[in-house]
Parts: sequence; structure tokens; C-alpha cells
Amino acid sequence: MISIKNLHVSIGDKAILKGVNLEIPAGEVHAIMGPNGAGKSTLSHVLSGKAGYTVTEGSVTYKGQDLLALEPEMRAREGVFLAFQYPVEIPGVSNIYLLKAALNAMRKHRGEAEVDALDFLALVKDKIKTLEMDEKFLYRAVNEGFSGGEKKRNEILQATILEPSFCILDETDSGLDIDALKVVSAGVNALRDEARSFLMITHYQRLLDYIKPDVVHVLADGKIVKSGGPELALELEAKGYHWVEEQVA
Amino acid sequence: MSSSAEEIEKVIGQKYKDGFVTDIEVETFEPGLNEEIIARLSAIKGEPEFMLEYRLQAFRHWQTMKEPNWAQLKIDPIDYYSISYYSAPKKDSDKPQSLDEIDPELLETYKKLGIPLDEQERLAGVAVDAVFDSVSVATTFKGKLKDAGVIFCPISEALQEYPELVKQYLGTVVSEKDNFFATLNAAVFTDGSFVYIPKGVRCPMELSTYFRINAANTGQFERTLIIADEGSHVSYLEGCTAPMRDENQLHAAVVELVLMDNAEIKYSTVQNWYPGDENGVGGIYNFVTKRAECRGANSKVSWTQVETGSAITWKYPSCVLLGDNSVGEFYSVAVTNNCQQADTGTKMIHIGKNTRSTIISKGISAGRSQNTYRGLVKVAKSAEGARNYTQCDSLLVGDKCAAHTFPYVEVKQPSAQIEHEATTSKISEDQLFFCQQRGISPEDAVSMIVNGFCKSVFKELPMEFAVEAQALLGLSLEGYVG
Ligand SMILES: Nc1ncnc2c1ncn2[C@@H]1O[C@H](COP(=O)(O)OP(=O)(O)O)[C@@H](O)[C@H]1O
Ligand SMILES: [Mg+2]
Repeated sequence: MISIKNLHVSIGDKAILKGVNLEIPAGEVHAIMGPNGAGKSTLSHVLSGKAGYTVTEGSVTYKGQDLLALEPEMRAREGVFLAFQYPVEIPGVSNIYLLKAALNAMRKHRGEAEVDALDFLALVKDKIKTLEMDEKFLYRAVNEGFSGGEKKRNEILQATILEPSFCILDETDSGLDIDALKVVSAGVNALRDEARSFLMITHYQRLLDYIKPDVVHVLADGKIVKSGGPELALELEAKGYHWVEEQVA
Repeated sequence: MSSSAEEIEKVIGQKYKDGFVTDIEVETFEPGLNEEIIARLSAIKGEPEFMLEYRLQAFRHWQTMKEPNWAQLKIDPIDYYSISYYSAPKKDSDKPQSLDEIDPELLETYKKLGIPLDEQERLAGVAVDAVFDSVSVATTFKGKLKDAGVIFCPISEALQEYPELVKQYLGTVVSEKDNFFATLNAAVFTDGSFVYIPKGVRCPMELSTYFRINAANTGQFERTLIIADEGSHVSYLEGCTAPMRDENQLHAAVVELVLMDNAEIKYSTVQNWYPGDENGVGGIYNFVTKRAECRGANSKVSWTQVETGSAITWKYPSCVLLGDNSVGEFYSVAVTNNCQQADTGTKMIHIGKNTRSTIISKGISAGRSQNTYRGLVKVAKSAEGARNYTQCDSLLVGDKCAAHTFPYVEVKQPSAQIEHEATTSKISEDQLFFCQQRGISPEDAVSMIVNGFCKSVFKELPMEFAVEAQALLGLSLEGYVG
């Protein structure tokens, strides 16, 4: 699905990612853990095409294409989805309108007709139920006045409607209480299938109790310093990030 | 990758589409302004005696007046004596009686602007008065309106056919001494629309006037007078465009609305005069006095304006709420880009008991433009139970533009309730990136955000104008599901 080779990224003169290698085959869930400031969000932004980052070295191949050459909206239409760590508010634009505009942009890209209004409404109402969100959220402005947890659910609602092939979840678990965490995890698990890959960024092992990763990576100081199975997360939780950092040093 | 800020400006700053010039033979007065010119103007229009008197009185008063300078505007000096005050397509002195007799060049012009004057082609339900420079060139659906008792014609024609009616109302809302530009208009106005809706009549179709400035170095001074008699109802639309020229051109209009008991007028404007180029060269000076007088009890007037054009806009559509329980509304979207300046807002004058007013103003500034909201809410001692709600929102695009808000309040009646809300926001790069990440192009994202920002005003526009207004802003119509 996606192959990241020797990726170096800086912001201004400051090197943030210093040679990231990562291979995520279709159908797999990879977790990235790492201390604050390690460069996890930077990686998610560079993959989705946010401005302000300079790729100084390396490449990213996605479904056989040079991902970094695509405009952000083209990446999205090709199936790259980022659930933001800090979802932005868009006053005046209703949630349902954004969802429909986004879905239609994807459909247009695939050469499909615009979604029928009634079909769309039925789809959205069905999905919003699975995330245990009130239908009122559809008619509120995007994320405006949403609590932290509501914003995160809203991100997953968008993923559920847009059905991306490569889904990056940037600390989707932070700010969620345990009940919300279960609901959101169920939403993500429902999306799992052999054609879809996930890159799941988190600080906490507890998320991995709900969404079982295939591989766990540790990102520290701009590099993946250790990779392993789900047991690596448990070990990290017990011993702290210092443990890997020391091992590498 | 281009920066998001550039993307935003690109979207807002679409090229002016209506900037072409119609090549047509015209009769134009030589530049200049004096009593003799005014007399000639009055004569060429075949006006009744009282009109010439009115004009001359205004002119004499105007000569003692000074241009207002309180607005947040930088205006290059205007030489009022070097403008031509009359320009009209040359044709037989008789006006065309039927649409077939109109110069094909003119028909073509309006067609290009999206205003077909052919009654068959025109979307049913909208009658159009087309004003080209100083004259009305066509009015559609006159017959159908006449059957309903509605008078809808150029004001020059009304002066000949219904002089008593015009005399009774003209200048009674905006006096010929009101302000510098209104007084100039009273002296030299050329054409515009006249509407009379008789008692109890709901006008069977939307009425609209389409103003086009074509000639160079002329001013357009239009005059509109709408009278809604007891219990009548009308929706009136106005649109404006002009060619692209390097010189500034003056447009100083006066619009008067009169409402009797239980009458209702909905007045909508989509103003897209040429705004000048990106360096601020050229463009229309749009100095307009618009006022409605709710004379009757329970009458209701609403002004809705979408202002995207003009180099400078100076305009405060106002409501004088005389009748008890009368209602005034003002909904405005004003977009400024490049070097455009807008100083616009409204005045709500509460005199009758339990009068209510609502002001919703949305200012969008981009480029190096200046966008000012200026509003006055005045509650007289007599206006027991008066209420006003004002909401002023500004949206900034980029960081070289500015938005200003001047809400003035004068209350002499202690029971009055006045509420004011104001916000300023900015389209952020994060918002744009978020939308892009959901597959939406930056252009569509800006449209969506701007459209969302203006939604509460657009929903006040008649459907066809809403579409035009949104197209103007480069917006796609926001669909409502469910
Ligand atoms: N706009 C920016 N300008 C300068 N430094 C930045 C900027 N954004 C992030 N950084 C820095 O880049 C590093 C990585 O940040 P980030 O990717 O957000 O880390 P994480 O998500 O792993 O906590 C941090 O040191 C952070 O301070
Ligand atoms: Mg982060």
C-alpha cells in the first residue's frame, strides 16, 4: 500500500524526520508510538501534503505512485485520509455539507455521479448511529463548539463515510474517555479489511487493547528506532521511552 | 505548491466578467454642469414644468454644499463640472414601443450579461426594466403588470404619464436637500424605475431593474421610486454592471421607498459595478442614498444587498419606521478585494411604537481593501417598545486588508431593547488544508467557507438572485439535505 524510504523532512532549517523507513502492506494496522516532539504529527502531515514542510531526502510510494508529487486534495481523493490530532473548526459550514462535498469530490475523481441526496442522508444517519453521535451534529458547523472527544468522533465519522484506503489516525485516542474510546475503536475496527491499511499514532498502549496492531514502531528523534509485534507496546508501557532510546544509543 | 493565501486571493479575485463595451451610436451632452444643461436634460425628457423647478432648486442648493468626508474612504477629488450628465443610445427620438424595435446591439449586451429582454426567454415571473446609461431601453411584461393594476415603467415615462403620482411622492423620503450626492442626483437624475402597487395588490411577479453604465466620462444618476399602497406587496431586484475603464466613473443614485399600512417591500441588490484593476486604477464610485419610509402601521421593508463591485461604495440603505409595529430589515454582504473601499451599512430610525429592526452585515475583505460597516440605530422618545438586533461579522482573507465596524446607537426611549453582536474571523491555512485533506479543492473550500459565512444573508435573496450572487463570489450553492 505505502512504502516510505529514507524520509528526511525539515521545517525551515530544523530537521525533524531524519530517515524514516516504513512499509505498510494492504490490510495491516501499524502503530507508531513515541515521545512528544518525536515527529509523529510531522510524518502524518507530510504524508497528507500539508504546506510548510520540506522533504530533503527520500521517497514515498503509495499505490505505485509518487505520493509526494500529488496535491493534498489529490492524495485525499486517492484514498489517503488523516484523522487530525487537532481538528479545525469551520464556522458557517455544516458538518453534513462538508461530508457531502468531500464524498462527491471523491466520487467525481472516480468518475462516479454525485451521490443521491436521500441515499446520502440514509448513509450518514446510519453511520452516525454506530458512533453514538446525536444527529444534531450533522447540522452544526464543522467542529464548532465540539468537545475534544466529539471532534475525534467526528473525524472517524468522516473516515467511515469516505472509506479511504490508507487511514492515518493521529492521536485519535487522546481526549477520549473510556466509553468514547470503545466507540471510536469499534468504528475503526469496522473499517478494517484486507484492502485497507492504517497508520495509528498514539502515546498510549491502552488504544492498542481495542485496536490490535499488526506491527508497532517506535519513533524517536525523527527515526524509527524499534519495530515489533503488539508486545512491544506493552514493553514500552512498562519501561518507558528511555528504554528504547538507550538501547539505540 | 502555491501557498494557500494565494489560492484564496485567486478565488476571491476572479476577473471582472462584465467589463466589455457596447459599440453603439450615442447622443451625449458635452461635459459640464449648469442650469442650461439641466434645462436641456429636462427638455429632452419632455418633463412637466414642476420637474425642472425641482431640479433647479436642487442644483442651486447643491452649489452651496460640500462633499461629505466622514466616511472611512480615500477619494480622489472629483471634478463635477467635467462630467457629461447625459448619454443615451441614438435612436429615433421616440422610445421603442415594442421589444422588437430595440437596437440588436443592446439586446445582445443584455444577453451577454445574462439578462435576456425577450419575454419568452426570460424566466417567467420576473419583469425587467433595463437602464442603459441615462435612459431606460426596455421594460418587459408591462402589459401583464398593468392587468394587475401595477405600474412599472421608467421614471421618465412616469413623469409624462402619471405626473401627479410622481409629484406626490418624489423627494418625500429623500429630500432634494438631503445630502451632497442626493442633491446632485435631484438636479441631474436621468432615469430609473417607477413602481406603484395599488391597495391590496400582491405584485404578480418579481420586478427588476438592470443598470448598465456603458459610455465613458459620463455619470449615471438614477432615480428609483417605489410606492406600496395599503396592504400591497412587492419584491424588487436591482443589478448593476459597467465596462472596465481606467478612469473612475461616478454613479450617484437615489432610491425612495414609500410604504403604507400593512404594505411590504423586499428590495434586493446585486451590485457588481466595475471595481477597478488590482492596482486600484479605474472603477465606479458608487455613492448612493437609499431610504424607505414605513409610513403605515404594520408595514415591513427589507433591504438585501450583495455588494461585490465598485472602486468605492458609500451606501447606507435606511429605514424610517414611522408606523406603529413597522419592521425594517437590512441584510448585507459586502466583498472588497485589491484596492476596493466600501463604507456601507444602514440607519434604522425608530419613531412608531413597537417598531422592530434587524441588521445582519457580513463584510469580506481581501487584498489591500478596506471594508467598513457603519450603522446607526436611533430610537426616538415616541418609539415605545422598539427593538433592534444587530449582527456584524467580518471575514478577513490575507493580512493586508482591513475591516472596521462603527455601530452608532442613540436611544431616547428607555423601554427600547438594543442588541449588538460582532465578530471578526479569518480563513486560516489550517481550515483550507483540512478541506483539501477531505478531497475538496482550495477554490471550493474558500467558496464553501465564504458561502457559509454569508448564508444568513443569501437566504434572504430571491432564488434567482441568490444563484447570481453566489456565482459572483465564485461560490457553489450550498445544498441542504434533509
Ligand atoms: N511549525 C513548526 N515550526 C517549528 N518547529 C515545529 C513546527 N511544528 C512542529 N515543530 C517541531 O517539530 C518537532 C516534531 O513535532 P511533531 O511532529 O508535532 O511531534 P509529535 O507529533 O511527535 O509530538 C517538535 O520539536 C516540534 O516542536
Ligand atoms: Mg503530534
